[in-house]
Amino acid sequence: MSLMQHLIRKALALGVPLTVHVDLTYRCNERCEHCYLEHDDKGEMNFEEFSRLFEQLADAGVFFLTLSGGEPMIRRDFFDIVARARALEFNVKVKTNAVLVREAEARRLRALGVEQMQVSVYSHRPEVHDAVTKLPGSLRRTIEGIRALRAAGLKVAVANVMMRSNREDQRGVAALARELGATYSADPTVTPMMSGDRGVLALRIPGSELPGLFHDKSLVGDPDSFCAPPPPVGDDERNALPCSAGNSSCYVSPYGDVYPCVQFPLPSGNVRRQRFIDIWRHSPQLEEVRSIRTRDLPVCSSCAHLGTCTRCPGLAWTEGNMRGPSSADCEKSFYRTGVPSANMLARGLMTFPSGTAETALAAFAPGSRAALGLVQIAPLPHTAA
Amino acid sequence: MSATYIARSSAVAARRLGDEMVVMSAVDSTLFSLSEVAAILWECADGRTPLECIVRERVCSEFEVDAETALRDAEEFARALAAHGVLLISAEPIEPSAAQSAAAGDRA
Repeated sequence: MSLMQHLIRKALALGVPLTVHVDLTYRCNERCEHCYLEHDDKGEMNFEEFSRLFEQLADAGVFFLTLSGGEPMIRRDFFDIVARARALEFNVKVKTNAVLVREAEARRLRALGVEQMQVSVYSHRPEVHDAVTKLPGSLRRTIEGIRALRAAGLKVAVANVMMRSNREDQRGVAALARELGATYSADPTVTPMMSGDRGVLALRIPGSELPGLFHDKSLVGDPDSFCAPPPPVGDDERNALPCSAGNSSCYVSPYGDVYPCVQFPLPSGNVRRQRFIDIWRHSPQLEEVRSIRTRDLPVCSSCAHLGTCTRCPGLAWTEGNMRGPSSADCEKSFYRTGVPSANMLARGLMTFPSGTAETALAAFAPGSRAALGLVQIAPLPHTAA
Repeated sequence: MSATYIARSSAVAARRLGDEMVVMSAVDSTLFSLSEVAAILWECADGRTPLECIVRERVCSEFEVDAETALRDAEEFARALAAHGVLLISAEPIEPSAAQSAAAGDRA
């Protein structure tokens, strides 16, 4: 067992939120077509409120702190907030578009001891990237920002959300990341807006195109292994927690709202009215999330993919039931392995967002290995749980 | 024998998790889990208190170990963490600015 696995197990045993994601703002200098946020400021917490929150998170045992947004660097007090987090000895990761990063900002982040900067890049071609962000010149500025971060000695992870509009450019972004000295991850997941609007899901890559994507060796490493049929499900899988959300991690919005995860917008409390530790320990919503084991999932517990699926309880919740399947992940499991999920079989393959499951099933002979699924080339230690 | 001073680099993350102290270097992302004794040394690494003093007053007073053995182990521990940029070692007291410089990449 790795030390990270040991820490996660210990955090679960002690009821400690090892990882917390805090959005400092929903405001942003870009308007990405797939973004799940509304960007108006509806009363963000100020520096003193974030400072108090961080003290409470440190007292609760939080070790990994992700600061994101919106674009977090748009806040005038961004560096004060990072400095406060580092003074409390969190392992800090910042998610940014790096448009506002120049040499001075990069040096300051390095001096503060930030662990890693995760930067969103959607294409190596300005006309594609800038069309996604709707900010002219954004790719050039983002690349300059990454170069400054690397020159200052910071670790940079390039993150790419693969959609209809940029699906051709995956290899180009990977090559750009290599040239910049950054790690690279790509993910075809587009999530509904936090408001519940599901219109952005139309940007997802159609399921019928996923096999080609996930047979790409540059993305998945070994396609034969990646696309292997799921191994038999045992008691370990049935008794496992469905996700780290609400168990060893959670999310706090710029307004102090606490959710199990940024992708699981189940209101569980607000740190402006309650202490974080009280929300974490006693929120009925988090207690319900924590009570669920995979054996309790009415459809998924009988699925062949139970042990290997990337099922997201947050996406399931946005579909109406936190114990239900997250359809996009059912689809990925199917396309990755050629084995239909229990949800697909139960629904007669009729209700998938991409609407192409029947066609896809017909396209694969029994036993064939279709290569689809969530892709994480360079998984980060604090996202593993 | 000259004194040895140890200070925590500001380029680290640290948290107590139950009976364990967890430390991670932002320089090379190495994760450490410190034992009870190592955690005492870590928490006392203020750059001003000589290591020998920390060992005598905080380790030997709480654990059944002779001072010479404890100091030898403490020095070994300090060198191991210093190799990852997590701890600074010096024959002189260490100013806080030196720990900050280490965070910026200038190993002390």
